Amino acid sequence: MSEPRDKDEKKKDAPLKPDEASRREFLGGAGLSVTAAALSGAGALLSGSDEAEAKATWGEWFQKNYRLMTEDEKREAVLRLEKRYTEEFGKQTTVDSAPAKEGVLFGYALNIQKCIGCRRCVYACVKENNQSRDNPEIQWIRVLKMEKGNFLAGDMDKGYPDPAGIQVGGNAYKNSGVVLEGEHYYEPAEVPEKGYFYFPMQCMQCEKPPCVKVCPVRTTYRDPDGIVVIDYNWCIGCRMCIAACPYWARRFNWGEPNLPAEEMNPVTHYLGNRPRMKGVAEKCTFCLQRTRQGRYTACVEVCPVGARKFGNLLDPDSEVRKILEKKKVFRLKAELNTYPKFFYFMD
Amino acid sequence: MKPLIRFALDSVMYVARGSAIFYGWIIFLGFLSFLMLLGAYEQFTKGMIVTNYNDLVSWGLYEAQFVFLVGVAAAAVTVVFPSYVYHHKKMKEIVVLGELLAVSAVCMVMIFIMFHMGRPDRLWHLIPVIGIFNWPHSMLTWDVIVLNGYLGLNAICAFYYLFMKYTGREVNKLFYMPLVYISIVWALSIHTVTAFLINTMPSRPMWFHSMMPIKFIATAFAAGPAMIIISFLVINKFTKLKIADEAIETLAQIVTWCLGITIFLGLSEVVTELYPSTEHSFSLQYLIFGKHGLTGLVLWYWSAVVLLLAAFFMLLTPSLRKNHKLWLPLACAFTFAGVWIDKGMGLVVPAFIPSPIGEISEYAPSAIEIVNTLGGWATGLLIFTVLAKGAIGVLLGELKYRAATDLASEFSSEWQPVVHSSEEICK
Ligand code: SF4
Ligand code: SF4
Repeated sequence: MSEPRDKDEKKKDAPLKPDEASRREFLGGAGLSVTAAALSGAGALLSGSDEAEAKATWGEWFQKNYRLMTEDEKREAVLRLEKRYTEEFGKQTTVDSAPAKEGVLFGYALNIQKCIGCRRCVYACVKENNQSRDNPEIQWIRVLKMEKGNFLAGDMDKGYPDPAGIQVGGNAYKNSGVVLEGEHYYEPAEVPEKGYFYFPMQCMQCEKPPCVKVCPVRTTYRDPDGIVVIDYNWCIGCRMCIAACPYWARRFNWGEPNLPAEEMNPVTHYLGNRPRMKGVAEKCTFCLQRTRQGRYTACVEVCPVGARKFGNLLDPDSEVRKILEKKKVFRLKAELNTYPKFFYFMD
Repeated sequence: MKPLIRFALDSVMYVARGSAIFYGWIIFLGFLSFLMLLGAYEQFTKGMIVTNYNDLVSWGLYEAQFVFLVGVAAAAVTVVFPSYVYHHKKMKEIVVLGELLAVSAVCMVMIFIMFHMGRPDRLWHLIPVIGIFNWPHSMLTWDVIVLNGYLGLNAICAFYYLFMKYTGREVNKLFYMPLVYISIVWALSIHTVTAFLINTMPSRPMWFHSMMPIKFIATAFAAGPAMIIISFLVINKFTKLKIADEAIETLAQIVTWCLGITIFLGLSEVVTELYPSTEHSFSLQYLIFGKHGLTGLVLWYWSAVVLLLAAFFMLLTPSLRKNHKLWLPLACAFTFAGVWIDKGMGLVVPAFIPSPIGEISEYAPSAIEIVNTLGGWATGLLIFTVLAKGAIGVLLGELKYRAATDLASEFSSEWQPVVHSSEEICK
């Protein structure tokens, strides 16, 4: 599961794909010359990209919902995107369209006892998944800092005495619970901080996802391997899903995303980490561009303490299944009946 | 076909002529609408980043107008219902004005939906057959159906009635009455569905209660007729059409009782939430008292409480309610403003505070949001002014089909050609 090798292979392979070549012929002279210009590097990017982008955008504007496209239409859409991204970012970009594998249901388990709150997962995720870097700054994983046993000696007696002088309640500790009241902007010199534990959150890939139910145009749906995906080209930006998600997992591209070309990850998937456009929703996809190729997610790979575990819930020998069997496992806001496939556990 | 073309031409000619006040009003609204076009260009090219929306508070001023205006649209039924179910004579004459208000309100709703969308260019994805219409699963699709249906119903009813009046023919009851009854039920459905749109999300505890639909309807039937009363008083003052005091009194009573119910429901909600004070009530606590030192909406909320209570007591006092010079319009303005706050920003924004992970952050609209919102209202009022002026012309008989010689035989016996000069309409 080593990351760089895989990337390089993809880079080399991409221009040789036969179907792509034929598609270029089909597009005719203009398409060819623009492609050539893009391949010649960043200089061409500045001159010729606007027109090419406009063309791709028209094509994209008329395309169908990804789920309902025929294989040919999918290929066409993917090639159109590859061409556009390659020019826009000045590097050979691949857009994978690998479907869900049969017999696979992805699940995640996170050991909150081990997490040290270093946020390496947050940054690895941003790097892998091409989120907008600033204005809007988008991060899919948020690590909440939770206070351990926050009993307040000073406030203990500042209770609620009633007029008769009999105390009816107190303020001996602060609340945390369904509404988590976690702090996720913490910036200490060192983690873990004394007296705190950490609680990372991201999309729970719910089995009964409220976000999918409310989407008026079926932009977001559950793929057969259990991942809730978004067709960024179909989203109308109504933000119903953002309002409906109980885990605050979804983010919105309020403006045109800012993704510097040198930081862009060119190995992408149509439903996963391909660069987004303004006005659409996005969220964690369990790195499906990686996991559908049999690799781990970026956050699992980067976690220095091994708090993050990922695997196939249908495979009795997988690590997640073992954890579900042996550890004390819980799900967040289980009472909402969304059946998250993201489990928390303790040793 | 000929009467239809004449109707269109005559109406345009009729509406285009008016007094200085009328022109001033139109220019004022037109100016605001024009500013909105600039704001819309800004927002549609740069994206919603020009608003103050963020991942925490992802709905704001636009959605507040949306929710409120659906109520105003539904409130047309407060004119239609007494006329046709209780055969309130004085009301019947002005039903069409209520329908035109509904049409204008739905147009405003559509404007705010455009501003709400992150990708208005992809709205065609919602069109069945060429797009995907996730019906019946998505509440938003229900809303699309009921709102468009309501727009169609009211537009047809109003147009048909006016056209018949214009050509001097009798309204065909077999065609017209079923539409009226359907539109009465439909009016309830638009607001019920809008309530379901937001109260079916347990992720937003403040909205997650079954009182939402009835509260929506009660508030709508307070604010909507309040607006209708104000526009009737304006019509009485500035045009020759005299709307009967009985009609206004009936509407004032509807406002009174719906306002009473609104206050009662608001109180029930506050007690139910705040007595146990579970985490479910955090949004309401933020709204009413502020939370963790953030108090952005507190003044807003309490001003609504004061406005609504004041309006209620004014309306309860018969001598004040019957005073059409000062107290009635004042009470109606208070009702309108109070509900606009309570069901607008006071309902939409706090539901996002705290966020599902317990974060509390405040939201205040950006300048562009405010410009677009004012423009949206101005556009709606512009539509209403124009439609209402034409309708009044027809009701007064000043707008009438004049090709008497070749068509008179087709018309019923009551038809009389009346020719007024258009200048007479406005003082
Ligand atoms: S966590 Fe939120 S975004 Fe993810 S599947 Fe569940 S409801 Fe949808
Ligand atoms: S924002 Fe996009 S994905 Fe979310 S509900 Fe609307 S159309 Fe669907």
